Amino acid sequence: MSHPLSLAAVVLVCLTTLVVGGLGLRLSRRTSDFYVAGRTVSPRLNASAIGGEYLSAASFLGVAGLVYGSGIDMLWLPVGYTLGYLVLLVLVAAPMRRSGAYTLPDFAEARLGSRAVRLVSSFLVVAIGWLYLVPQFQGAGLTLTLVTGAPGWVGGLVVMVVVAAAVGAGGMRSITFVQAVQYWVKLTALAVPAFALLFLWFRAGHPAPTVPPDWHAPLSTNGPGDHPAYRTASTVVALCLGTMGLPHVLVRYYTNPDGVGARRTTVTVIALLGLFYLLPPVYGALGRVVYPVLPDGVRSDSIVLRIPGELADGLSGDLLTAMLAGGAFAAFLSTASGLAMSVTGVLDQEVLRPRLARFTGGDAPSVRGFRYAAVVAVVLPYLVSRVTEPLGLATTVGLAFALAAATFAPLIILGVWWPRLSVAGAMAGLVVGGVSTVLALGTTMARGDLGGWAGALLANPALWAVPLAWLTAVVVSLATPRQVPASTTRVLVRLHTPEGVAVARPGLRD
Amino acid sequence: MSTDQQTTPSRVRVTSSRRGAVPVGPRPPVRDLDEQTALGDVYLAGLMRAQLRLSLAVVGLTVVGLAALPVLVTLVPDAAGTTVAGIPFPWLVLGVAVYPAAWGLARWYVHASQRIEADFSEVVEEQ
Repeated sequence: MSHPLSLAAVVLVCLTTLVVGGLGLRLSRRTSDFYVAGRTVSPRLNASAIGGEYLSAASFLGVAGLVYGSGIDMLWLPVGYTLGYLVLLVLVAAPMRRSGAYTLPDFAEARLGSRAVRLVSSFLVVAIGWLYLVPQFQGAGLTLTLVTGAPGWVGGLVVMVVVAAAVGAGGMRSITFVQAVQYWVKLTALAVPAFALLFLWFRAGHPAPTVPPDWHAPLSTNGPGDHPAYRTASTVVALCLGTMGLPHVLVRYYTNPDGVGARRTTVTVIALLGLFYLLPPVYGALGRVVYPVLPDGVRSDSIVLRIPGELADGLSGDLLTAMLAGGAFAAFLSTASGLAMSVTGVLDQEVLRPRLARFTGGDAPSVRGFRYAAVVAVVLPYLVSRVTEPLGLATTVGLAFALAAATFAPLIILGVWWPRLSVAGAMAGLVVGGVSTVLALGTTMARGDLGGWAGALLANPALWAVPLAWLTAVVVSLATPRQVPASTTRVLVRLHTPEGVAVARPGLRD
Repeated sequence: MSTDQQTTPSRVRVTSSRRGAVPVGPRPPVRDLDEQTALGDVYLAGLMRAQLRLSLAVVGLTVVGLAALPVLVTLVPDAAGTTVAGIPFPWLVLGVAVYPAAWGLARWYVHASQRIEADFSEVVEEQ
């Protein structure tokens, strides 16, 4: 398939990203502009930006592909993606904003006063960020190959270059505008073709979809393996708790003007996500109408992009495909820029800035280190995406969620609500959660799904790894009461006291 | 040191009446929060407990809501086959109904948590 229209749509989306990103270049002056957009983003704009950033390749292409393949059980994924924000709202949104930290490692250090916990958190941010970037690059390659016939490496490369340019140019200020625009681009690009295709399907005598047995039955064995109830529950737990631990999600909370703004933003985000997630199942079902069986050599991830060509012919089919391809690219670009943004922030703070300052004796402008970091942040996952076999977009994204759920979620929740958390406890929780999740998922990736209970437990570790990490953090904290930081009460006062109450807020920047 | 020594002024007794002093009286509890007195800790613990109870209530409601569908389908297998406007009922629940429910719950939470914070501000800032 080679459509000049689709190519034009992809180019248009990339150019929009660069132009809107360039606007931010003129507005970004201070360090806080680069990291948190000067903390003055209104709830509406911020909610669109969060929606734009969060809806990745997995949501735009992956969910419809999985629904096509496995039916109703895959609807738990978008439900989990959305409820993740509900959990985030009630447990961490306002305290996170009130913490006044720039990034997750900043929060860990401010709460626990420990360089070591900060370093481990930084390492995890980069690991989770890169794990999440890989499927974005793969999705871009897949899309561009499908709609233009370009070789597989081109799509990822385009996304990498555009993202590095946009992040390096204006940091968070420009990214906020870019992502707010891209939410609406994505919603339109998925909704308009959906209605057009539904109309065409209806006019064609609305043939019933040909479905495999159990496609309609919740928690059937039609999904990826046995023990569907355990697997589904574990996935939902990973998504609900993992959302708050994703580095690109939390960094957005620091851009709200205050804690109340952070809460309002989240409510709007839930509405925007819910609106978007009404659409992928439509494509899954239409896919069942068009392809009773998946044709040879076709990945189910590409089903969204193939349906218009089958249902509509000639120019209208090309136009609809072009819209979807443009929307998919908006998804890769916005998620990848958010991830690149947080990975860049950590690399800059932890690695590049101290070294750059030493080489140049402090002469280099701090923005330069940020820009070098932006390049490093995207090149490595791009290379990884070229050498690893694609696992399925939503599956790879699920790994990042599981890792975030077992490491950052206990750290953040206990840090916000439990005064007796000690440095050793937090560290033990991070290490136990991280190592057990990586080992379980690594075994599954290396050896394939083992089947039976062992396979289910290893492929979906969240349901046991999260409580394990939690328990470790609590038990170790209780065993080391002398390592509870002396600043705990002061920090908790700051996290929970509403802004209107005049308490000292030491170290609050900007 | 200058050489021409000045005569040291004679000592003066400095006194002050308490009339113009700041009266020692009730002070707003927000100072206790700031200074982390035992009283301040009680206020903070109260705020955190109220907020956490509200948060856990929302999480609990979410878990119950999510578990309801699988439980219903297990107990009443026929429910899975029920269709509304041609769409099987479980699809409507998982694909559509979840989202407005989550949104409503979120709105309610924001409202309730803001109430807790307003009450707290009122208590700690009163003279």
